[in-house]
Amino acid sequence: MEILDILLSASFWAAAIRIASPLIFATLGELICERAGVLNLGIEGIMVAGAFSGWMAVYSGTDLWMGVTVALLVGMIFGALHSVLTVPFGLSQHVVGLGVTLLATSSTYYAYRLALPDVTTPPKIAPFQPMEIPVFVDIPVLGPALFAQTPLTYLAFTLVVVVSLILYRTPLGLAVRAAGENPAAVAAQGLSVTGIRMAAVTVGSGLMAVGGAFLTMSAFDSFFFEMVNGRGWICIALVVFGSWRPGKALLGAILFAAFEALQIRVQQTSLGANIPYQIFLMMPYILSILALVAMSRRAAVPAALMVPFQKGAR
Amino acid sequence: MRLEPIEHPSVARSLTPPILAIFTTIIIASLLAMIAGGNPFAVLGLIIEGAVGSQFAVLETLNRATPLIFTGLAVAVAFRAKFWNIGAEAQLYAGALMTVVLGAGTLPWPSFVLLPVLALAAILSGALVLLIPAILKTRFGVDEVVTTLLFNFIFLLFISMLLEGPLKDPMGMGWPKSPRVLPEARLPRIVEGLRLHWGFGLALISAVVIWLIQTRSVLGYEIRAVGLNRKAAAFAGIPINLVLVKTALISGGLAALAGFSEVAGVKASLTLDLSPGFGYTGIIVAMLALLNPLGVIVAAIFVAGIFVGADSMSRAAGVPTYLADIMLATALLLMVLAIMLTRFRIIRE
Repeated sequence: MEILDILLSASFWAAAIRIASPLIFATLGELICERAGVLNLGIEGIMVAGAFSGWMAVYSGTDLWMGVTVALLVGMIFGALHSVLTVPFGLSQHVVGLGVTLLATSSTYYAYRLALPDVTTPPKIAPFQPMEIPVFVDIPVLGPALFAQTPLTYLAFTLVVVVSLILYRTPLGLAVRAAGENPAAVAAQGLSVTGIRMAAVTVGSGLMAVGGAFLTMSAFDSFFFEMVNGRGWICIALVVFGSWRPGKALLGAILFAAFEALQIRVQQTSLGANIPYQIFLMMPYILSILALVAMSRRAAVPAALMVPFQKGAR
Repeated sequence: MRLEPIEHPSVARSLTPPILAIFTTIIIASLLAMIAGGNPFAVLGLIIEGAVGSQFAVLETLNRATPLIFTGLAVAVAFRAKFWNIGAEAQLYAGALMTVVLGAGTLPWPSFVLLPVLALAAILSGALVLLIPAILKTRFGVDEVVTTLLFNFIFLLFISMLLEGPLKDPMGMGWPKSPRVLPEARLPRIVEGLRLHWGFGLALISAVVIWLIQTRSVLGYEIRAVGLNRKAAAFAGIPINLVLVKTALISGGLAALAGFSEVAGVKASLTLDLSPGFGYTGIIVAMLALLNPLGVIVAAIFVAGIFVGADSMSRAAGVPTYLADIMLATALLLMVLAIMLTRFRIIRE
């Protein structure tokens, strides 16, 4: 019965939405890259870089939105690097992605040590505060869960709609999707596959970094090593789980976050006290693998994902 | 721009890009050292001195290279078949776990029996750990990159659970640490009095064995064929899935030997910080070695030298050790680019 009580409480769903928010940003970012035909394994490192740079900017005195912008730009720089190597040069997307993750993570740690040489506990910033949306917040259960979040969460949900609209309702979105499905057709239209893919990877990486920044600027108020902790890899699984569609990916992220919020609460019940806490911590990763297995049969993989394109080559 | 394959690359064409890649890496590292307030020449000098400047430094570098040879081989074997095993970290811990479980008193045997048994058990455990992603890939088509990455997290939590539960050392004063392995389960030194254990010897032997498998056996041929062109390999009658599973078993076993060698050769017990990312660094080692098993030895010693050198440089010059990680990540990215440029020329349009 305890579990039922948990599932019906508004605070539980509020926590789930909060946990889902960074995943939504990063999953959307990865989705844009993959829709254009590029697997971006730089995601984990780019989230680390975003988490640090946004937080550091605010700690150095800029306002919170400027911090988000800084994270976005840092993510775009790493994305641009990834895209130059994988798109025009056609290098292995696996190797380059892992290389970008290593580079982004190590340069973040290097910068952290340079910026704060002597600290043992990292300083705190004043993070984004929850902002209640009048009227809506009074809806029972749903109101406090959805409409008393921080502005960054509202931005995440808005972006799902925006990305959906762009992908499915604009010529730009059509071009991006076509670059991932049938690049030769895009080239035949006189468009540059290289340009579309590079732009998609760069923008997508920017979103991943904002996802990272959510951790330091909204979920918590400080930067720790290993705070991203595999969330990037989980987002890659979420893209597959969502069949490369923003709406389904959003549902996946919320479902996933609900499980995570649930395990945190079950840990505190009498049932959970007898189970080693590591079992609970494993759940998100096991869940991701199960989700991948479940979806494997009806994968809607973009046909040209991980296939480099060269104009005129066949 | 577009890329045009070069039929017969000249010597200059084959050498210039890699050399430029190394120079660029050094220049970037120097700039970063300057940002940190260090003199770039002094910093690079200190790294080299720390890596090879004394007998102690050289042995330290070779010791550090040992697990990297194993994980580098594990990655090289798998990547050759385009099987993306990013889970060497989990397989390393599986091997270490097996060594501790069987080596801390369960099997009271003399050294010459116990050590081979432990090594084999480690190989088996690592192979088993990678078998799951391999089967998920061959049976369900689940991408092994994500599953092997996620397994690293799952397995480390599993180890943490054991270290705080059944495997906890009662004499460990509350630290999550396993009991020590028996003296019979320790790898002896290669030369008495010098701090270099037989794990290094085993690593060299493994590299040669893998090289022989790759160049002289049917399996090696099949692995290469599957890696080069899966469709063509299938057309030629090669059982792709079976080859992928075999590759995974070899790769997982090699990574697990890194764990065996670290426990039996260096640490004697299992802790959560047994590996500072040897599994991930194995990817850099394998790529710098161009996936050549013998090249892995050289690349592992080079990478270990950078890490060991950066540690001592950091103490002396106050530049963060993460400089080493940045250098290696940069070298990795530039080297893949450089290798491509030795075989293609860029045509502007």
